[in-house]
Amino acid sequence: MAKEKPDLVYGTLDMLILKALQHDPRHGLAIADRIHQMSQDILRVEQGSLYPALYRLEAQGLIKAEWGVSDNNRKARFYKLTAAGRKQLAAEQEHWSRITKGIDLVLSGA
Amino acid sequence: MPQVHAWLYRLLGLLRKKQRDAEMAEEFQQHVDLLTERNIAGGMSVGEARNAALREFGGVEQIKETAREQRVWMWADEFLRDLRFGARMLLRTPGLSILIILCLTLGIGTNAAVLSWIEGILIRPYPLVPHQDRMFALIGTTRGVPGHNGLSYPDFVDLEKNSTLFESFIIDRITGTTLSVGDRAERATVGIVSANYFDALGVKPILGRGFRPEEGTGRNAHPVAVISYRIWKDRYNFDPNIIGRTQYMNGVQHTIIGVAPERFHGTFIGYSFSFWVPTSMQETFDTTGYKLEDRGARWIEAYAFLKPGVTRQQAQAELNSISQRLENDFPETNRGHENHLVPLWKTPFNGAGNMSSTLAITMAVVFLVLLIACANVSNLLLARSLLRRHEMTTRLALGAGRPRLVRQLVTEGLLLSLIAAAGGIAVAYWCRNALVLAFPPPLPGTVIDYPGQIDWRVLAVSAGICIVSTLLFALVPAIRASDVDLSNALKAELGGVLSGSSRSRLRSALVLVQVSLSFILLAGTGLLLQSLIKMRNASPGFNTNVVFSVVDLFSAGYKLDRAKIFHIRLLDRVRTLPGVESAALTRVIPFSYNVFSSAPIEIDGYQPPPNEQPTVEYIEVTEDYFTTLGIPIAYGREFMRTDDENVPPLAIINETMAAKYWPGKDPVGQRLKAKDRWLQIVGIAKNSNYHTKTETPMPFFYVPLRQNFRVQNTLLIRTRETPGAMMNALAREVHALDPNLAPLITDRLQDQIDAISYSQRLAVTLVAIFGAMALFLAAIGLYGVMSYTVSQGMRELGLRMALGAGAKDLLRLVMSRGLQLTGAGMVIGAGAALMLTRLMGSLLYKVGPRDPFAFATAFVILFVVAFIACFVPALRATRIDPVKALRV
Repeated sequence: MAKEKPDLVYGTLDMLILKALQHDPRHGLAIADRIHQMSQDILRVEQGSLYPALYRLEAQGLIKAEWGVSDNNRKARFYKLTAAGRKQLAAEQEHWSRITKGIDLVLSGA
Repeated sequence: MPQVHAWLYRLLGLLRKKQRDAEMAEEFQQHVDLLTERNIAGGMSVGEARNAALREFGGVEQIKETAREQRVWMWADEFLRDLRFGARMLLRTPGLSILIILCLTLGIGTNAAVLSWIEGILIRPYPLVPHQDRMFALIGTTRGVPGHNGLSYPDFVDLEKNSTLFESFIIDRITGTTLSVGDRAERATVGIVSANYFDALGVKPILGRGFRPEEGTGRNAHPVAVISYRIWKDRYNFDPNIIGRTQYMNGVQHTIIGVAPERFHGTFIGYSFSFWVPTSMQETFDTTGYKLEDRGARWIEAYAFLKPGVTRQQAQAELNSISQRLENDFPETNRGHENHLVPLWKTPFNGAGNMSSTLAITMAVVFLVLLIACANVSNLLLARSLLRRHEMTTRLALGAGRPRLVRQLVTEGLLLSLIAAAGGIAVAYWCRNALVLAFPPPLPGTVIDYPGQIDWRVLAVSAGICIVSTLLFALVPAIRASDVDLSNALKAELGGVLSGSSRSRLRSALVLVQVSLSFILLAGTGLLLQSLIKMRNASPGFNTNVVFSVVDLFSAGYKLDRAKIFHIRLLDRVRTLPGVESAALTRVIPFSYNVFSSAPIEIDGYQPPPNEQPTVEYIEVTEDYFTTLGIPIAYGREFMRTDDENVPPLAIINETMAAKYWPGKDPVGQRLKAKDRWLQIVGIAKNSNYHTKTETPMPFFYVPLRQNFRVQNTLLIRTRETPGAMMNALAREVHALDPNLAPLITDRLQDQIDAISYSQRLAVTLVAIFGAMALFLAAIGLYGVMSYTVSQGMRELGLRMALGAGAKDLLRLVMSRGLQLTGAGMVIGAGAALMLTRLMGSLLYKVGPRDPFAFATAFVILFVVAFIACFVPALRATRIDPVKALRV
């Protein structure tokens, strides 16, 4: 596997996917692109973890999948946030900012 | 919430695996295509672009598998795999599997059968009645008088009129009639019911109709009858034009107006009814006279339906206030009279009350049998886990998690108990009506009915038992098996006979449980058997060899005068028959299903406590009654032939009555008032039993039959002849008096007493059967453990032998180990039994719950069985070839 290691903190992928879907429904590749772009090219999502994560979120009812047509007129499976997913995203964002704040405090302290 | 969603989603995924996989493949394909397009746009050639895209995407199959894990319900998938694997494992050791399944079938089947009896007899006895949960039995009691009585018709009507919390009240009074079938006489069970009976129960006749409100009232005004499905089939051959036909019963033509559904047998648990007639016909069917206007005649067995949402306490409070009002309005008849709601399973006037303690004991016993069976199966599985140690070790070494192994073993256990549960339900299905076998019909023609019922509740509890037993028997070996120490497992496990590995300690513990549980059952069986024998041998205070016989004049339509002439002539003829020592007439016999007369009494110089109305039972008997039954007259004289309408009313009282109402005085010559007549006491009879042998002595008196003649009487004959011979002679005499009549029954009083003490006999039979089962299972368990110990201790035994131990020493060594185990088990069992047998109090008769004889017997039996179970493996130990054993 001569691939670039994904710079992802363990357990945050789900949150990032939810965030990527916050405004528009997207298909798999578009989600990966979106995360890549939003992180200003820092984060890269591997397909190998993207799809299992998508199916997991779908199973939990946080996102919903539908077949649709992509920009370049291809059939693609689009994911969109459900109400439960929106709530989950808010909760995770809140949780995350508290954790990072805590970590920041620890790391910046003498 | 996401958890539940995921659960359902995965369950769906499991069911639609193929479709999901196809979707997933398509999605990945689209993804790769998009990447390829992007690469082409970036300037790559088509081939390059595709390869780069595939590289970037990664291993398609790996992603699919990981993704699938997220979607498919892994647990269920594994479960199915475990199930398949388990089935293969069970087939590999078929003998052991069959033995295990048999043990469990026995355990689960007996539990399911007893549950079906409890359901069918106690909990939901009326399968066709929709609201049994709101149905209660309604009984009367009188303050200061032990036991219960019924309701009177005027009281019943007032309850109906004044209550607001009750949906309905119904009357159901069991009675019977004699129908002629060819030249034989046969009994049919009849219910005198309120007109709303079928409507209130929610039972719709399959043909015709139920009773109309007006048919409940008017003295003998509405001779109509609803017939049972069984009678429709047996007596009328499914006559489609049955409605409107007539049936002659008790001298009156009854019009058949309806046929009850097949599964409706009436509301008197224990009997299957043939006919129902409305309350207006009470006098026609009651040999003791017209009672619809008598507030003091408490003949009604009633049920009440509460309105939805009303609690029993609220309803009882309302009943109390109505009873109180009735007591104030009618002090003469209602002083001290109360009405009580009783749950159906405690109904005292039908079979339920008698059966409840028997069934409770039986349920406890079969549960013990289940525990013993589980301990046995646990032991067998432990033995098998030895065979599978290699498999377990390998799986652990290859990285299987221990929980995974436990799950595998529990799944296998579940498979076993599922098969056994299916077998058990089949056993329960066959046995559901088996209780009836314990009850011979008391009279020819009557149909005893104790149906078990297998409904979803019974199935649910059985499934619960199945799961509980799986946990009981599979978990212990599973945890033990998964607890393999990898490094040690490679070395041979060589336990000694004395030391024993932890595994054999566990098996010993299981045997200990079995032995102690068996001891409890044996001790309990012993106690019950002893009470039964004592009860059978106890004298009821009269001679039980006396033959009794009934000619049903009442059903034949005889009126009082004709019946009186018939009976007096018959008595005179019987007295001259060869072999007859003495004969008498009585209205009812003791230990009968029929009720004695009873009346509120007044006594010169006796002041009852306030709010109490002394009420005493009595019977009407002719001269020679006491001589025939062998009841001694302690003081005064017996009735004479001349004690008839021409002399003032007389009475003979029993000793208890004398002691209670005339303490320290001589009652002979004194008077007592019953039914508005003053009776002069001429004698005091020794106490005897009247209803059961377990009753406490109660006041009772006798009046001359010739002063109180009734249509229906029973003949008592003291004779050297057999009942069979007597029956023929009697039939001739009866025939000579009226060619249309035949005696209904001729039997010894002992047979009647046996018939009525069925609940004790049933308990003994059931507990003995299940006790034997438990003993057998425990013996298997003990034998298994001892064989195992010997086979595990081969090396040690061989060594001992090589060092000079003789066969005797080895025998002693192995035996002592087994018997120590048994001894310890018996001590524990005895301790538990001492505490538990107290609960059997109501079924014991003149036997203490800690009776040493019963306990000693249990010790001896268990010891003998254990001795045999240990002796066989011990004998094998002495035949060990030391050379071979040491080479192992």
